[in-house]
Amino acid sequence: MTIQPHARTAHRSASADTGGIAGRTGMSTAGSGQVTAGVPPLARRRRTLLPLLSGRRQSGPFSDARHLRTYALVMTVLVVLAIGFTVAIMTWNNPMPFGSEGYWTIAGMRRDSLLTIGVVALCHAMATIAFQTAVGNRIITPGIMGFGSLYTAIQTALVYLFGVPAAAMLVGVTPFLLQTVAMLLLATMLYTWLLSGRFSNVHIMLLVGVVIGGTLGSLSNFMQRMLTPSEFDVLTARLFGNISNARADYLPYAIPIALAVTVVLWLWAPKLNVLSLGKTAALNLGLNHKRALIVVLMLVSILIAMATALVGPMMFLGFLSAMLAYQFADTYSHRLLFPMGFLFGYTILAAAYFTLRHVWNAGGAVTIVVELVGGIVFLVFLLRKGRL
Amino acid sequence: MIELTGVRKDYASDVRIGPVTVQIPQGGITALVGPNGAGKSTILTMIGRLLDIDHGSIQVAGHDVVNTPSKAIARILSILRQENHFVTRLTVRQLVGFGRFPYSRGRLTAEDEHYISEAIDFLNLTELENRYLDQLSGGQRQRAYVAMVLAQNTDYVLLDEPLNNLDMQHAVQMMSQLRNAADELGRTVVIVLHDINFAAHYSDRILAMKDGTIAEYGTPEEIMRDEVLTRVFNTAVQVIQGPKGPLAVYY
Repeated sequence: MTIQPHARTAHRSASADTGGIAGRTGMSTAGSGQVTAGVPPLARRRRTLLPLLSGRRQSGPFSDARHLRTYALVMTVLVVLAIGFTVAIMTWNNPMPFGSEGYWTIAGMRRDSLLTIGVVALCHAMATIAFQTAVGNRIITPGIMGFGSLYTAIQTALVYLFGVPAAAMLVGVTPFLLQTVAMLLLATMLYTWLLSGRFSNVHIMLLVGVVIGGTLGSLSNFMQRMLTPSEFDVLTARLFGNISNARADYLPYAIPIALAVTVVLWLWAPKLNVLSLGKTAALNLGLNHKRALIVVLMLVSILIAMATALVGPMMFLGFLSAMLAYQFADTYSHRLLFPMGFLFGYTILAAAYFTLRHVWNAGGAVTIVVELVGGIVFLVFLLRKGRL
Repeated sequence: MIELTGVRKDYASDVRIGPVTVQIPQGGITALVGPNGAGKSTILTMIGRLLDIDHGSIQVAGHDVVNTPSKAIARILSILRQENHFVTRLTVRQLVGFGRFPYSRGRLTAEDEHYISEAIDFLNLTELENRYLDQLSGGQRQRAYVAMVLAQNTDYVLLDEPLNNLDMQHAVQMMSQLRNAADELGRTVVIVLHDINFAAHYSDRILAMKDGTIAEYGTPEEIMRDEVLTRVFNTAVQVIQGPKGPLAVYY
């Protein structure tokens, strides 16, 4: 059957929502015989749980069955490792007899450390993946936008202006929330200003972020030189990422906020997938690119603010977990990338923490080890695979 | 129908595209031709609402492209630009699947799959559908992009120089596939072309632009004349009768 191109108007409105090539035109098969061949009627087509294994033509986040198996295998290994390190941290070498009051006190402190590790890994992995998708670049991290520098600048300025007592001022739920709000405000202002008007350009936004980060960094550096050694010591202790020293009283606030943002990003995952195609393709597919970008960047700034307030700046962790997730998942689907990124982050942090604190008794240096070991692992992997 | 009324884009006080007032009827292929900087791509991207309009209005099938929600426009027109760079690695089928986003919002139904398969088959990509884009040649990749906008299943398809970087064989294939899309699928194709001979052979209407405004608008027979082409392209052009229609000779 053939329907004339100009007699389609009524047909069009009937199938406007689901319209397809054949549905609209009756698809003359004269010119391209293979077009309708082998396509069963729509009513009989069903989705199967594992379309790849059934060999049917179907789109999905995995390109073939081997890809699916690799993903499942990596996730299984990561889950096992994550559970293993969790159990190890909880139970390893607890000096008190099992079941005594002291045992549970120590276990409670270790639980807080694990929760901190979980929140930090979640925040950094989600934030980095979402950020890299939004700006269309897998090498830069949210750290480039000056978040870490802002945190450092706030802490340094307080100690510089008010001395050591200010270090006490910085602890507590109110300063934590205020700091989060400050970072969120900066991010919102920066993004909405830079992405609207005539500078609607992601690269200019990044450049301004780099400059702001650099300026704040130099400012902090300058103030640090003016501090007395004791003030500087107190400040350094605050600025170094330190999980065992994390402020556990922030957790009741940080966990729900981080989880809420995670849920939003999860629901937005299909939009993030489209966003990763770039501006014109996203616009073509009906996504309001600028609004989506601002929303994603604001969510990212909340996550980074949470993680930074908990353990200080720790930018490489996000980069590492995101990069490993891209390499092993090798898919566009954010609903597959997010869990893997989180598990990588959690496993790396937990492993570093366990080894340093419980095996070697050197709790403070977790971030340093993450960066050293993680960087080497990343380089080796990248050099072997040969592409990003 | 695509209707432009007094459309203008001001790049600087002395660099301006427009005002353009023109109607492109439904059906067939309309080719936008003209020298570099004439405003072909600007007009096309403004119709595709990728670029803001400074003055005037554009209606596609009765919908104002600025005021209608982008979501709704995505079911009426699709636009493909030249440069397509993705951060993720995609297979052909995954890319084409994204064309269904305006309908599926990311959750592909059996019906979506059906249309994805059809778009892939239509562009002869069936064998390549599970290959990654970075494993394809330039011509194959270009076809995959076109398959994506066809899967979007819009009445209007706008293409910005789809023949760029394609060799003879792939350029001819691409144009005949677009011709099929117009004839068999009833799509209205608006395409920016550089080669006037391709435009003359494959399109139903030629819209020649020069210095930001419309210089000529008509059927290939009306445009393919020595004096018209010479004026539009600022080059001495001679039109001869070739075996398959008029040919412009300009070198």
